[in-house]
Amino acid sequence: MSGRRIRVGFHLRQAAASAGRVPTAHSPLPLLLLALFLLTTGCTEGGRASGWECVAPANVGGGWDLTCRAFSRTVNDLGLAPGLMRVGNLPGAGGGIGFAHMVGQRGGDEAVLAAASPATLLRLAQGQFAHLTEEDVRWVGAIAADHGVVAVRPDAPWDHLDDFLQAWRRDPRAIRISGGSASGGQDHVKMLLLAREAGVDPRSVRYIPFDGGGEAMTALLGGFVEVFSGDVTQVDAQVEAGRLRVLAILASERVGGALADVPTAAERGYPVTWVTWRGFYLPPGISQEGYDRWVRLMEEVGASPEWAVERERSRLAPWFLVGSDFEGFVREEVRSLRELSRQVGLLP
Amino acid sequence: MEPFALLADGFAVALRPLNLSLAFGGVVVGTVVGLLPGIGPINAIALLLPLLFAVGIPPESALILLAGIYYGSQYGNSISTILLNVPGTPAAVVTALDGYPMARAGRGGEALAISAVASFVGGTLSIFGLVLLAPLLAGWALRFGPAEYFALMVLAFAAVASFSGARPAASLVAVGTGLLLASVGLDPQSGIPRFTFGRLDLFDGLDFVVVTLGLFAISEVLLAVDRSGAGALLAPPIRRARLTLAGLRDVGASILRGSGLGFLLGVLPGAGGTVSTFVAYGVETRTAGPERTFGKGDPRGVAAPEAASNAAATGAMIPLLTLGVPGSATTAVLLGALLALGVTPGPLLLDRNPEVFWGLAASMYVGNLFLLLLNLPLVGVFVRLLRVPGWILIPGIAGLAVVAVLAVNRNPFDLVIMTGCGILGYLFRRGGVPLAPVILGLVLGPLAERNLRRALALGDGVGDALFSSPLALALWGLVVLVVAGPAWGRFRARRPWGRSQTAGGDA
Repeated sequence: MSGRRIRVGFHLRQAAASAGRVPTAHSPLPLLLLALFLLTTGCTEGGRASGWECVAPANVGGGWDLTCRAFSRTVNDLGLAPGLMRVGNLPGAGGGIGFAHMVGQRGGDEAVLAAASPATLLRLAQGQFAHLTEEDVRWVGAIAADHGVVAVRPDAPWDHLDDFLQAWRRDPRAIRISGGSASGGQDHVKMLLLAREAGVDPRSVRYIPFDGGGEAMTALLGGFVEVFSGDVTQVDAQVEAGRLRVLAILASERVGGALADVPTAAERGYPVTWVTWRGFYLPPGISQEGYDRWVRLMEEVGASPEWAVERERSRLAPWFLVGSDFEGFVREEVRSLRELSRQVGLLP
Repeated sequence: MEPFALLADGFAVALRPLNLSLAFGGVVVGTVVGLLPGIGPINAIALLLPLLFAVGIPPESALILLAGIYYGSQYGNSISTILLNVPGTPAAVVTALDGYPMARAGRGGEALAISAVASFVGGTLSIFGLVLLAPLLAGWALRFGPAEYFALMVLAFAAVASFSGARPAASLVAVGTGLLLASVGLDPQSGIPRFTFGRLDLFDGLDFVVVTLGLFAISEVLLAVDRSGAGALLAPPIRRARLTLAGLRDVGASILRGSGLGFLLGVLPGAGGTVSTFVAYGVETRTAGPERTFGKGDPRGVAAPEAASNAAATGAMIPLLTLGVPGSATTAVLLGALLALGVTPGPLLLDRNPEVFWGLAASMYVGNLFLLLLNLPLVGVFVRLLRVPGWILIPGIAGLAVVAVLAVNRNPFDLVIMTGCGILGYLFRRGGVPLAPVILGLVLGPLAERNLRRALALGDGVGDALFSSPLALALWGLVVLVVAGPAWGRFRARRPWGRSQTAGGDA
């Protein structure tokens, strides 16, 4: 019985006991609080100071954050920006908060760019950034990429992609696929593209979403699913250690390193590619000169040996597309992703 | 005993003067950062990373600094949790259950000392576990599929049913509220927004830190306004600042139980760390024997979760080491740091860069030791926080909460959510509804939901997929035990021939 009212009663008793008592000594607390305050404002600074800024619409450590950090490091090393280029993190809504910030509050600002990837386009295609679309920003370029892979356990019954696709066609419901993105996300969509190409009804694909590639891979290693859908950088160390086997790379060319012997899906007769590019967009309302200036900057960075080092450090592949070519690419991607999403019932 | 030889090499790395001073500096910085929930170790680490690049220190030294920051921040958070009731992590919410009542009873110093000792012991024991059991436990982590995770979550919920001795109905209200708050945001499986009202701010759901600061810190401020009185102190002067040997003996078993549970559950990627503190606390309330003072300032309620959370942090290194899969958010950041420093993470890490792994394991131990050496003498200083008069401390807590919330996402909308949660927390506390189950629902609800849906999807929609493995069945058995135990006790107590003295439901 006594537990029932304890919380309230406790406070009232304490209040009665402590009322009227006066502190005896001065305390360092106000100073400590002030120091903490300064520390945090220092940490969260990044509103609208002068200088160039790369907005990472994700938390520290995420893909877009790493993109921004590697890019701004190279820009600073090369001395291409007036002063130092900063990174500002604006996480939320799978990039939607950052996107809305760029559209709503940074219009006409020629000193800011934001990181993006196919995940951004997928969400735009599926209308997950509220009313905002790909036409609300200026797409400036992509400077590196990862590539999609289809991986299985080493003891899986399929030697080649063809064996697997045959089994998949025969009984699509028997194949369970894990991936690190939500339903309708990148890891799901790349398997849908493969399914469509291989003659498997995309609606019968069994995709099980996990929280990130690590958990999805653990599910494969633990035998809870048959296939893992991910990217090259997620699997290469596992392949080297002999824990995973990659059936196909969803790229136009083979990649190097541990996966040098793995054929592309196109080599096997299924021209499916999934490029997880790392790129940027600019806010709306900027001048053509401002846009061209960023394109030239991308070209300079992309061609520099400093960027090659940064790219290698993140184990990303070279992939370069800027300016109007990139704008056209983005439009076409969003269009085809929208169509695919409708086809499989992810969109009405 | 090759692992021990390697660990000795690791200590040789960790005890180099540069690394020692980095570990010490990291612990100090981490403690300061941890005092303020919201920045979090991850951001502190991210801020330091570019600096590390610039200075060009070797990877193992960088990792040692980062590990020091991580441990320091955990302890720093325990300080604000115990003294001010401002928890910054799910694990700290459990510590607050008994730590804050202890502080209010003038035993804040003792609570802080117990927390430091429990963390140290948990950390130390789990390092031995890491060295000896890593290969064995790698298989254990792989056996946990969605069905097993779901059963584990249900077990955690069941364990919490006994928290704080509240009426079952009040606990139910609290858990339900937590689950409701947890359902805001994009549905993680399908990407469909729920309860977002078209606001992008709500797409990611309600942030744990924002909700917790509202529920705990803001409601504390509101209650203080209730109490009012310009000179009022938050707590009476310290009655007993020091932890006595006898006091330590009382919590010894709790620390051991917490360490073991924390380590085993920490190995599970994803959920382990959070679940472990709740389960450790639940276990304590079951095994405590006749005098049940949990929720009112029981030292065992501080010792067990603190030991568990530290042991879980070490356990989380196992999947990183043996599978190349990060076991927690923090190990994920460590993994990212490794990558940026030119060390390829993954199953080959141990072969190729043994000095990095064993250096890290050893430095975790050294960091723990520093924390103990640094903080035990300082306990008296920290506790003086409570001597600050209310007219400074109360607005100070409110200001701290605002800054901390802005530090999380830099989104002013979060302040609205925090205030709303603060009012809710105030009403709950006035009405005798416990707050910890709200946090449990908020944190574990989404994990339970995702794993339930995953398990059902894997079984093609058939419910018996949840009971398909021996491990899952064993976990369900534990759930039944935990739920039925106290009920059976009450049932026996009510009957005239039952032994009413020892009945379980006497809280």
